[in-house]
Parts: sequence; C-alpha cells; structure tokens
Amino acid sequence: MDAFTQMASALLNTLFPTGWGHYLAGGLLVGTGTALLFVYTGRIGGMSSVFSSTWSWLVRRPYFQTARYLETRGWRLVYAAGLIVGALVWWLGFSDGVPLSTQVPAWQLLLGGFFVGYGARLSNGCTSGHGICGLGSLQLPSLGAVLIFMATAFLTANAFARLSARFT
Amino acid sequence: MNAVTVKHPLAALLATLAAGALFGFGLSLAGMVRPEVVLSFLRLQDWGLMLVMGGAVLVVLLAYQGAPRLLARPLLGGNFGQHPSVWNRDTWRGAALFGLGWGLCGVCPGPAIAGLGTGDLDLLWALAGIALGALAQGLRAKG
Repeated sequence: MDAFTQMASALLNTLFPTGWGHYLAGGLLVGTGTALLFVYTGRIGGMSSVFSSTWSWLVRRPYFQTARYLETRGWRLVYAAGLIVGALVWWLGFSDGVPLSTQVPAWQLLLGGFFVGYGARLSNGCTSGHGICGLGSLQLPSLGAVLIFMATAFLTANAFARLSARFT
Repeated sequence: MNAVTVKHPLAALLATLAAGALFGFGLSLAGMVRPEVVLSFLRLQDWGLMLVMGGAVLVVLLAYQGAPRLLARPLLGGNFGQHPSVWNRDTWRGAALFGLGWGLCGVCPGPAIAGLGTGDLDLLWALAGIALGALAQGLRAKG
C-alpha cells in the first residue's frame, strides 16, 4: 500500500470503527423505500406523523380530527407495518437470529421518547420527515430543523455521557 | 401534506407496504435500530449515521426532483405530494426538544417502530414515550 492508501484506510477506520459499507447500503435502501413510495403513490413518507394520525382513531379533539391525519392514517399504519416486516426479514435472514436488546435504561427510553414524540410533532418532522423528506424536497426550514436537532442531540448525548461517568 | 387520491387501492397498499419494508430493512442493516449505535454517533465515536442520512437523502432527492418532471402523475395514480415546511417558533422549539430526547435515548420514530421487527421489546418503552409525546403535543395544540 502506498502512503495515500494507508492514510485513507486509517481515516476510514477512525471515522467508522465498525466498517462503513453497511451504513451506506442501509441508507441507500432507506432512501429507496421513501423514493418508491413517492414514485408509486405520490406520498411523502416521514415517520413521526404516524403517531398523531393513529391517535385520530381514539382522540376526538379537533386537532386530531383534521384532514391531514384522517386522510393519511390508513396508509401511514400500513407503511409503519412495512417497517416492522422489513426489520423482521433482516433479523430472520441476515442476523444471528438472537433478539436484539438495548443497554439504555427503560426510563431513558421512555423520557427521551416523550421529548422525541412531542418535539417531532411540534416541529412537524423528525429525522426522516425533516432529515430525509425535507432535505430531499430542498426545504430550507427542514435544513434549519436538522441543524438544530443535531446540535441539541450532540449536546445532550455528550453531557449525559459525562454525567453518568461521574456518578457511576 | 396534500390529500392524495389513489386509483388502485390494493396496488397502493402493497406498494406502501413494500416501501416501508425497504425502509425498515435498511434501518436494520445500518444498525440504526440499535440505540447504542446512534448514541455512539452523537458522541462522535462513529460517523456511520452521516452515511445513512447522506445515502438516503441522495436517493430521495433524485426521486423527489426527478419523478414530477418525468411523470405526469405517480405510477398508481393520484398526485405527487409535497413536504412544505415552514420556519416559525414551533419549528425550532420542536426540533430542539426532539434533539434533546434523541440525545437522551438514541431512538427516533422510524427505528422505534422498525426495531420491534428485530425482537427488541425494550424499544416498546421508547415507542410508548413517542406515542405519549405525540398525544401531549396534540392535546396542547390549538384547533
């Protein structure tokens, strides 16, 4: 290997200690799913809306009974079911078959999830809605949203890692 | 989001399911269904998430910009929808809250749903949190 190749591979190993191919392939597939949904049905497939649109079946309040939820709640649930099917195919066919689990404590998942749900709906988009669909639509407000949630997520994750290192 | 009338309901249902399945498979392959992987990105230990986002945005950009120019309407009928986003107080406040939660738990809406397909029942906590957060937002919203 010449010096340039060595440097490039050292850089890749530093940035992506677990390899980079599966990240890129996974991202291209995520994009392909969103793109096919659009090409076949014209639908914009952000993910956080499915939570509000599903509440429209149970909650009578006017906010949940608006057309944007009533008219999309059916396909959004089908799309969400598709996510589970796709992950199931990966799990059964392409992993060691042991159910995944996480070391992140339940309270962190629940509380973090609450802010994720509240914030995504207030902001009208999440990592897929603003991050993928919004940027793909060349929407400047979505770029602003992405930069802001990336920044607060970096801050929170690093601050929390330091705090828990100090107290454990 | 515009209302989209689709002319072929069964075909549209199958296409939507298949599109979701590709999305879920991609998230799993990329490890995004594991909160630890997302948190390692947010702690600057592994830049993989940039490749996931970059790869996804690239494909979607081509489709969103190209399809309406090449096709009069979607292949199964209806109209091409749009993602009109606005910039106001709710946008940045919501995004900041979203990032706060994401940095705490490492789970965002797509992976919370897809992760169930990998047998990770711990993610039900995150899923419950997101659903409750979406409910609280709707209850506080006007109109």
